[in-house]
Amino acid sequence: MNDTALSIAASVRSGERTARAVIEEHLETIAAKEPELHAFNRVTADAALEAADEVDRRVSQGEDPGPLAGVPIALKDNICTRGVPTTCSSKILEGWRPPYDATVVTKVAEAGAITIGKTNLDEFAMGSSTENSAFGPTRNPLDPTRVPGGSSGGSAAAVAAGFAPVSLGSDTGGSIRQPAALCGVVGVKPTYGAVSRFGLVAFASSLDQIGPFATTVADAALLYEVIGGHDPNDSTSMPGPALGVAKALDEGVEGLRVGLVSEMMGGVIEGIDEQILARTRDAADALAAAGAKVEEVSVPAAVYGLTAYYLIAPCEASSNLARFDGVRYGLRVDAATTAEMNIATRTAGFGPEVKRRIMLGTYALSAGYYDAYYGKAQKVRTLISRDFAAAYENFDVLLSPTSPDVAFELDAKTSDPLTMYLNDVLTIPSNLAGHPAMSVPYGTGEHGLPVGVQVMAPALGEAVMFQVGAALERSAS
Amino acid sequence: MTTTDEMAPGWEMVVGLEVHAELATETKLFSAAPNQFGSEPNTNIDAVSLGLPGSLPVLNEMAVELAIRVGLALNCRVQSSVFARKNYFYPDMPKDFQISQYDKPINEDGWLELPDGTRLGIERAHIEEDTGKSTHIGGGGRVHDAGHSLVDYNRAGIPLVEIVGRPDISSAEQAKAYASELRAILVTIGASDGKMEEGSLRVDANISVRKPGDPLGTRCEVKNVNSLRSLGRAIDYEAARQIDILESGGTIRQETRHWDEEDGRTQTLRVKEEADDYRYFPEPDLVPVDPDEAWIEEIRAALAPLPSARRRALADAAGVAPAEAAITVERDLDELALAAIAEGADAGRVLTHIENNLAVDGAISLDAASFATLVRMETAGELTATQTKQVLSELVSAGGDPRTIASARGFEAMDSGELETLVDRIIADNAETWADYLGGDAKKLGFFVGQVMKATSGQADGKVVNRLFAQRASTA
Repeated sequence: MNDTALSIAASVRSGERTARAVIEEHLETIAAKEPELHAFNRVTADAALEAADEVDRRVSQGEDPGPLAGVPIALKDNICTRGVPTTCSSKILEGWRPPYDATVVTKVAEAGAITIGKTNLDEFAMGSSTENSAFGPTRNPLDPTRVPGGSSGGSAAAVAAGFAPVSLGSDTGGSIRQPAALCGVVGVKPTYGAVSRFGLVAFASSLDQIGPFATTVADAALLYEVIGGHDPNDSTSMPGPALGVAKALDEGVEGLRVGLVSEMMGGVIEGIDEQILARTRDAADALAAAGAKVEEVSVPAAVYGLTAYYLIAPCEASSNLARFDGVRYGLRVDAATTAEMNIATRTAGFGPEVKRRIMLGTYALSAGYYDAYYGKAQKVRTLISRDFAAAYENFDVLLSPTSPDVAFELDAKTSDPLTMYLNDVLTIPSNLAGHPAMSVPYGTGEHGLPVGVQVMAPALGEAVMFQVGAALERSAS
Repeated sequence: MTTTDEMAPGWEMVVGLEVHAELATETKLFSAAPNQFGSEPNTNIDAVSLGLPGSLPVLNEMAVELAIRVGLALNCRVQSSVFARKNYFYPDMPKDFQISQYDKPINEDGWLELPDGTRLGIERAHIEEDTGKSTHIGGGGRVHDAGHSLVDYNRAGIPLVEIVGRPDISSAEQAKAYASELRAILVTIGASDGKMEEGSLRVDANISVRKPGDPLGTRCEVKNVNSLRSLGRAIDYEAARQIDILESGGTIRQETRHWDEEDGRTQTLRVKEEADDYRYFPEPDLVPVDPDEAWIEEIRAALAPLPSARRRALADAAGVAPAEAAITVERDLDELALAAIAEGADAGRVLTHIENNLAVDGAISLDAASFATLVRMETAGELTATQTKQVLSELVSAGGDPRTIASARGFEAMDSGELETLVDRIIADNAETWADYLGGDAKKLGFFVGQVMKATSGQADGKVVNRLFAQRASTA
């Protein structure tokens, strides 16, 4: 087992180890395995060592660098880092250096964490396998013939490979939880608004949330507490400080009401792998054995999540990605007129999946189609929120598999976008409802590959979600 | 081409104005970059102004307050509103969408009142962000044929309120009165500096013509009108153009037209073959703006008195029609006028002096008590109109007491005995001319009055002098 963030921070804070030594160790692991895995778009070794020396200097002067002192962290490459290229794994942003840090980047740095690199993703976070990267796919550390999931595949793989004990990803429809499941790590999508989106290059603004990857639930909780809280730079960020979740980890699940979502347990949504369903039932049984009341519950509208999502997300994306026009930054392909330059730039700069979603969204927002598509999808979204709210009247958390499949082989699903979209069918509802959800590794399925179980909670229900997640982790090991 | 200022007989025009006013905030609508005119290009910018990836808009509360002031001043319903994205590609629009308000604007259904009492409808007054400014270099100097283009993003993100008027306007004069009144309102309530020449107030006119009783005709939108005078000219030109086309059997094409100030003509800018599709949808990066009643009432209570109310107040005090108080209010001198009238000065003379003799810088600092004293001296016959004007000018430029100024200038009321002696002497000195006058050459009177004025250095009261000569003539 690799060092956890908690153990690294404890040893660095106490002076037992230097942050430099920690970073050097991780850089060695990266040097050994990165060429095969391609988790990173860029490893920021020099800056990391420099930051480590600063942490060490503070420790030696009796200061406390913070709860993540000396902890290496990998950042999804759609999170802005001042002066460091932020590409979204797209040719259209190649070479662009943001003049600012995302709020989460500032927060982890203030907590003493050290950015070790920017991780690969599906271009603009659109995908479920990290194969839609302009810079080539990331491979799953557990089986390099397979994908790590996506879109935050690089961040998931980085943690699974021991490149960093924690990383940050973004989750619009499952982009943290699904790769966490496929790589056998913990992945958390916070309540919408719990973590600032300032500095996250937008895919679908009403769905995007930044969240942690970690090898343990406790590390994920620690990182969650560091990155959460109100940010005046994000109008959709919720008031108040970050929710305290770490204190709930050891509370157990005695008396908690856990609902197993029947639509997601093979009842209605088809194509979920049998072994994954079995592990999810194991997880439910384990919680029941630990004293939770476990029952099946129906959340009927959850079934419509996928269709609503594939209208709302592309609509917002078509608008969010309009700014990549070659005028101000990133790629420019010259042409005779401004309009032709826009077209040439976007044609050359965007990959096929991004183009597909821009076209979908542009079409769905067009005059005459708005009500039938975007309007209707928003109504479905309201229905989903309502059905989940009804379920949470009787349950503290809901349980389901995270992903219908274990890690699949590269190229297995690239030829059929719809099959690829189905990867998100179990994770999307939480994004539409704005609720928190996390994936916790729970045993293995086909080919001995890891299975993730999803714990969902009502808005701001992170504490009970982590509480159940920690219980699952204890029963799984 | 019909180019008369009058409407061609048998036709009427229907005009609605869309006014964009930059709100007088310190910073931009969604970021802390300064809202300032005339800076070096691309110096008042930040990540949000440039729409950099990862940047997010944060709403400027002052902009909302100013927009609410506009809504209240225009008698609108102020309501919960939602920002929406208006999507289209243009290089001076950093995000390639404009954050505006669409189906839920902050202000709806209002009106404004012209000095003559006419009320013209306002459909809505919503908040939106301004775009940057493009300069097209080389080629034809337009976006589609330029060699290259430069973009200044200083203006991008400056808060605007777009005031959409109903098509209630029926003449160029009325359109000018509407725009002028709207500008006065915006300036009065501190919402905008209203400078058309700096582009902080931009007026677009939708113009159509029809025969009375017919349904509305096809309209054209005229842009690039940079002064009230141009607005009037552009509307008259455009209405005449449309009438000419219709009278010669043609049809009007719906299009956006550009007013060319030098040529005095409008020209096609772009043809609207179909409705623009801006793919509006609610802006997900912002939450709805839901001003509570208490805040709205607080803003209402603090609102400066509007021009229409000020005209009525002054008109009531002066005993004239509100339209006659318009210029005084427009010059922001109504408080002075009211105070002077309250001090017992003749209202008619007060308004006359303000309209004719106080169109100068510093007039606003004139002390009402001194102004009233001066007007009383005039009406008491102690000073002539000319003398009054001179004292007034000194009061404005240097201040002081009107009596002291008048005596320092030797403006003692001339003894009428003294004046009669002078009149008789001048008649005696110019006996031949006097005989001509008596013989029927009425123009010669001017000569005699002039002689008196010359001898008194203009201090004699013209009315009295005329009367004296008339008396001499009738007794000759």
